[in-house]
Amino acid sequence: MMSEPQEIIPIEKNELVGMVAELFAEGYRLVQICCTTLQSSYELNYSFDKGYRFKNLRITVSPDEEIPSITAVYHNAFLYENEIHDLFGLPVKNIAIDYHGTLFRIAISKPFSIENVKVPEPPRPKPEEPKQDTEAVAEHTDGHEPQTA
Amino acid sequence: MHKNIIPFGPQHPVLPEPIHFDLVTEDEKIIDAIPSISYVHRGLERLVEKRDYIDFVHIADRICGLCSFMHSLGYCQAVEQVMAVEVPERALYLRTIWAELSRIHSHIFWLGVAADAFGFESLFMQCLRLRESVLNIFEETTGARVILAVCKVGGVRRDIDADTLKGIVNRMTATRSMLEEVSNVFISDYSIQHRLSGVGVLSREDAYTLGCVGPMARASGLHLDMRTLGYAAYKYLDVEPVVESAGDCYARCLVRIRENYHSIDLIRQAVEKIPEGPVEVKVKGAPNGEYFSRVEQPRGEVIHYVKGNGSRFLQRFRVRVPTFSNIPSMIKMLKGSELADVPNIILTLDPCISCTER
Repeated sequence: MMSEPQEIIPIEKNELVGMVAELFAEGYRLVQICCTTLQSSYELNYSFDKGYRFKNLRITVSPDEEIPSITAVYHNAFLYENEIHDLFGLPVKNIAIDYHGTLFRIAISKPFSIENVKVPEPPRPKPEEPKQDTEAVAEHTDGHEPQTA
Repeated sequence: MHKNIIPFGPQHPVLPEPIHFDLVTEDEKIIDAIPSISYVHRGLERLVEKRDYIDFVHIADRICGLCSFMHSLGYCQAVEQVMAVEVPERALYLRTIWAELSRIHSHIFWLGVAADAFGFESLFMQCLRLRESVLNIFEETTGARVILAVCKVGGVRRDIDADTLKGIVNRMTATRSMLEEVSNVFISDYSIQHRLSGVGVLSREDAYTLGCVGPMARASGLHLDMRTLGYAAYKYLDVEPVVESAGDCYARCLVRIRENYHSIDLIRQAVEKIPEGPVEVKVKGAPNGEYFSRVEQPRGEVIHYVKGNGSRFLQRFRVRVPTFSNIPSMIKMLKGSELADVPNIILTLDPCISCTER
């Protein structure tokens, strides 16, 4: 298994633009912005790369919470931010090229929003089985039901 | 000067798939271009709610016809990484061979479509004839020509015997000599040079800051090739990114031509080094964690993000395809260009709308 080191840095929303500007100054390129629907919030990963070093800034926002645009720093972020607005319904403030909800021509409004996405339930831990006398059980596992006197 | 807005697409002779541009022009010069996508958005990412992580490989396979195998490879790598699955070495080599064959057939197809776009129809036919040899190998080794469905979580579904592997190398060597003849036309024909040289120039700095990937980035002088990360069996092979410096349509054409030769060489290396052994391992449990898998598609870096919470259904699957990443640089190239050059500029991006409309 070949594992590429990947760094995920959780940050606050108000730190986002400043940290993105620092990464730009350090020579990182914007690889993508990925939004994930959680049970009651959204997780945004801003991915950057420099010399094959993969770094992610992560913010978590609640529904309808406004996100600052990073297009002033990385102009190419406008497609990702319009995508987040159209598919997840999150408002993004000051996008350089704002399609106002017309980038994605889709029949369902905000298809990836909390109301529409069914987040899978994690598996429930199995209940502990009552302790048994294993030796006694083993004696009666020869294909016959244990008989009582 | 008076400005006109000229609609380009979604239906256009050079566009096999729908994408639209509003071209703002002054006389014959483009001063701005506003793209519109999602004419055929499919919402495949949300199908993780309906298919478990094992079945979902078949959805990943169907994101695109030209890079079908690359999508299933990227998805499987992401899941395997989350679940710490050790894929057998032979499977890694087989994945590499199919991936490089996919790159060759995609690049040859692009050469043909490009030839057709600038009116060289006989060259288009020659390119598609060459591509047929790769599709025949797909059919013989996987049973399919487009959607290969051969990659799975934990390895691959089919093995290739030693004789067939040698046969692949021999056939690709023959294809190479025929490809050289066709490529010579692209490289030295006056009309082609006239249409492509100095057109749609993208500087190295712009390519980097606008997030350009793949042959587009490498034609502008960027050494950016995810195969150097060493996924699959690339860590055992001599991968050397093919780089040009002019940054114009002609340079993008040259990069794809030279990458064909490099891919043929990588297949030869892989066949020489492939070890014996199993081609898959049994996978138990369900993914609990997240990973960004980065793979070099024919069009550039693709990212498959997988997040699971221990359920057999993934919490999130996302694909960031190279075309989506290359659109901002395409806008940059279109600005300042002549209206007659727009089809060539868009074509040298090699846009894959099928991938973009995942």
